[in-house]
Amino acid sequence: MKALSVREVTFRHEGSETFSLDRASLDVEKGEFVTILGANGSGKSTLCMLCNGLIPHAISGELSGSVEVFGRDTKTLTVSELATKVGIVFQEPESQLFCMSVEEEVAFGPENLAIPREEIRERVDWALDLVGMQGFGERSPFSLSGGQKQRVAIAAALSMRPEMLVLDEPAYALDPVGRVGLYSVLRDLKEKLGMTVLLAERDPEEAIAFTDRMVLMKDGRIVDSGPPRNMLRNPAMLESVGVPPPQLSELASLLSARFPKAGFDFITVEEAEQAITKSVLQQGKGGRT
Amino acid sequence: MIPGIPADKPQDRIISVRNLKYTYEGGVEALRCINLDVRQGESLAIVGGNGSGKTTLAKNFNGLLRPTSGSVTVAGRPAAAQTVAELAKVVGYAFQNPDHQLFCSSVEEEIRFGPRNLGYPDDEVASKAEHAMDIMDLQRLRSRPPLSLRLGDRRRISIASVIAMDPRVLILDEPTTGLDASETKALMSIIQKLNDAGRTIILITHDMRIVSEYSDRVVVMAEGIVLLDSDVSGAFSDLALLRRGNLEPPPVTQLAHRLSGLGVPRDVISPQELVLRLSMLRGGDG
Repeated sequence: MKALSVREVTFRHEGSETFSLDRASLDVEKGEFVTILGANGSGKSTLCMLCNGLIPHAISGELSGSVEVFGRDTKTLTVSELATKVGIVFQEPESQLFCMSVEEEVAFGPENLAIPREEIRERVDWALDLVGMQGFGERSPFSLSGGQKQRVAIAAALSMRPEMLVLDEPAYALDPVGRVGLYSVLRDLKEKLGMTVLLAERDPEEAIAFTDRMVLMKDGRIVDSGPPRNMLRNPAMLESVGVPPPQLSELASLLSARFPKAGFDFITVEEAEQAITKSVLQQGKGGRT
Repeated sequence: MIPGIPADKPQDRIISVRNLKYTYEGGVEALRCINLDVRQGESLAIVGGNGSGKTTLAKNFNGLLRPTSGSVTVAGRPAAAQTVAELAKVVGYAFQNPDHQLFCSSVEEEIRFGPRNLGYPDDEVASKAEHAMDIMDLQRLRSRPPLSLRLGDRRRISIASVIAMDPRVLILDEPTTGLDASETKALMSIIQKLNDAGRTIILITHDMRIVSEYSDRVVVMAEGIVLLDSDVSGAFSDLALLRRGNLEPPPVTQLAHRLSGLGVPRDVISPQELVLRLSMLRGGDG
């Protein structure tokens, strides 16, 4: 069974002249970490809102095609059923936080599912621990930094024990420190929990290391998809959909053009160091003067 | 000019800050003894994490905030002796969130507001607004309501409304936040042109890639002090210091540091530059 199956979905927001999604199809396997990349207005957010049923349950418009999460059509699921399947985190954590304390914030979801007190306690501790916010339970969410707020928003989504997590540009409003903390939580979701994740981003740089598959979107359509290594090999393709190519893929393609015999195919700083060191050393052994 | 050292001629300095301290009501010490010169015509980046004091510093440049102690000199006169309106003619400030600045019913009205408010006669208000709309590529949107437009457009409007007052210094607070790659490129190339035409640019950001591509000089702030004041390549050669300022250098610079044993300089900031350096090392035969 697939975690997510989007089939030929077209969507137009009520009152809008243009279609946010145009016959978009996408499958996500259980345990897969998928990063959607696209410029502003490419349809990433609309796709995110389809996954947890915000569209069509809360946001109206003209919708065709089908969306299934874990084998069930989102139209036939209730909002509370959907909430236990797919958690969602938005760009601005403030839009999601409203309780007096971090603990209440994270407990809010499971309390609404009438889960026993003891289990809620366990879930809150577990979720706060996972996002590195243990010890902050008593604090007001509004006294926290942007990065901490966003991690609380993730904990609040996780405490519902969803089978899948959707994050729509979660680092949007964060400074470099906040970003580092956030992406290390996302890495843990992948490596420690093996969670199914759909992440929407404008810039591929930070998600490269733990993404299984990158999906490129433009004008409401899915234009390409594949493992990061394949997708990043083609900086021109990224540029054509308004996504900035990572510096290292630009470097790899420049080096490959300059030194066609060497063949450079790296996506991380570590790989680049190895490949370049090896090539320069080989050159040394070749005995050229 | 040597970065990090005060310019020789005082007339080159458009803004001078001496022993500046700023404490917010409630006791938060945002700036702790800042000394800094901004030179006429340069493109300066002020970088640092949230809470480092970069925005507080910039707001002291144009009188939006007044020093708790120390002095700010703008265009040769103490800022303390100048009104906010006088300062606005020299130092313009475009806020991070454009919506904090936009309130008129059309783009054109929005952009006319500043020069009109400064007391310019009608014909001059009109010509300054036209000029600002030309520069920021807003002519086709001139009668649209600003708040109905996309973020990239709203950002250009907020910058245009500052440019219409024709300040010699333009402060841009996180101008690329929320913009995608092509919007960022379009905006930064306009800003580059403004700088080429002689306008002093102060860019507040935490995006080191933007800094490496567009700024001449960088001031790194952390906890209310200036950690480093240097030309851009100098700033990128000290990883430990950047990290103290909660900043991460671009991947190519991180790679250059790891390759320094092969003879690659540590201050490489672009892929093109690194390829050039490696070609020199390899003898460039392919």
